[in-house]
Amino acid sequence: MKKTRINSTHKKLGARMIEFFGWEMPVEFSGIIEEHLAVRHKAGLFDVSHMGEIIISGRQALDFVQYLTPNNAARLTPNKAQYSALTTPKGTFVDDLLVYCLELDKYLLCVNCANSDKDFQWILDHKKGFEVSVENKSDDYTQLALQGPKALEILQPLLQANLQELKSFESTSGKIVGEEVLASRTGYTGEDGFEIYTLSLQPEKIWDAIMDRGKAYGLLPVGLGARDTLRLEAKLMLYGNDIDETTTVLEADLGWLVKFQKNGFLGKEALLKQKEEGIKRKIIGFELLDRGIARSHYPVFIKGEKVSEVTSGIFSPYLKKSIGLTYLPIECTEAGTEFEVGIRDKKVRARVVPTPFYKRSEKP
Amino acid sequence: MYPSDFYYTKDHEWIQVRGDEATVGITDFAQKQLGDVVYIELPDVGKQLEFHQSIGVIESVKAVSDVYSPISGEVIEVNSALNNSPELINRDPHGQGWIIRLKVRDIIELEKLMSASEYEKFLEGLEA
Repeated sequence: MKKTRINSTHKKLGARMIEFFGWEMPVEFSGIIEEHLAVRHKAGLFDVSHMGEIIISGRQALDFVQYLTPNNAARLTPNKAQYSALTTPKGTFVDDLLVYCLELDKYLLCVNCANSDKDFQWILDHKKGFEVSVENKSDDYTQLALQGPKALEILQPLLQANLQELKSFESTSGKIVGEEVLASRTGYTGEDGFEIYTLSLQPEKIWDAIMDRGKAYGLLPVGLGARDTLRLEAKLMLYGNDIDETTTVLEADLGWLVKFQKNGFLGKEALLKQKEEGIKRKIIGFELLDRGIARSHYPVFIKGEKVSEVTSGIFSPYLKKSIGLTYLPIECTEAGTEFEVGIRDKKVRARVVPTPFYKRSEKP
Repeated sequence: MYPSDFYYTKDHEWIQVRGDEATVGITDFAQKQLGDVVYIELPDVGKQLEFHQSIGVIESVKAVSDVYSPISGEVIEVNSALNNSPELINRDPHGQGWIIRLKVRDIIELEKLMSASEYEKFLEGLEA
């Protein structure tokens, strides 16, 4: 099993460790609900070093990124990032990712842990004709996420950069306790916060410095358990659950990241055709009207007929109700539409609701 | 830690018998394994339970887990406080977090269960 460079620190903190796609990762420290609420009300620190990092550089780096992804990477200047995807020619997801412009002709793709080898191979398989080099740096990077309303106050004195002025999806380079980092105002929780990338061989120094400073603000270490409940409340997609190689970017309700006006990219024709013809199904958020928890893969029924499965579902620690995501036929996706979820031997009523389920009040 | 007047199962339920009535819950070890309990499905009063039949379901944030009846008998009461406060199972698993009360059918079945000291040894074996 692979270990992040902060593994022993987690164990010292008493984390419960699990195997997650070949990595030994903390699933919870003090308890998922407590950690979840700490991120909503104060702050939480995550070790997300299992995430993959792939660097594309060279004279045609931008052209290549433009070819691989549907969003417009030409809008990125150094120290800016965007959410995007690696798309198949069918317009479905190889992965979803963040594209960082590190410098002119150099891009960092932050990809899902479970997909990093597959993505790397996909990128290599499509690089013919592009003057670029591609490196899989997934095992070299440590990635921490500091998330929550107190994240800015906690991180600011540790980093010689004006974080207050850093807008959402902007990044900055600097040092934390002497270690080089790239910090971006991004996250996977629905809160303000930062993701911190470093090649440091002693990233636990950074972890400890943030934890020490955060104590007074109620900062807690947070595991993958709360990461999942936080991201779902904010309706952020989880690859393998909500999106995969069978779901298109439009069906996943992420049409905003497809820039049809830009030149050819993988999946453009398929997506254009689907847009013109109209999608037949779409992902929606729902809440349960009866008691129970709708978990992923539970069957979804409309008028007694099975139409799909729950892709993600939890009891929301913040909203205190059962919420989830599923794909429904397009004519059933209007907010307020009722349907049923099969939970064990019962059918439980559910209703389509507007998403995100949770939205923070202030934006950075 | 584990009350000496309870009996225990390998599935981490406990049972306390008084006369021909018994109270059933899950052990402290079980609640720690589950993590934060957020939902519980309780049986109907009057239901006849066989030895090791599923009583209901406990769900934590991450897991769904069956609870089994340590012995056979009739459900005479359910802890309805758990519907609104499932966290009682985490907070007080051997007390306020009890799940059902049973009318015991055959007291001899207790012989299949473990005493507190046997259960503690059983746990040591799991953790080793």
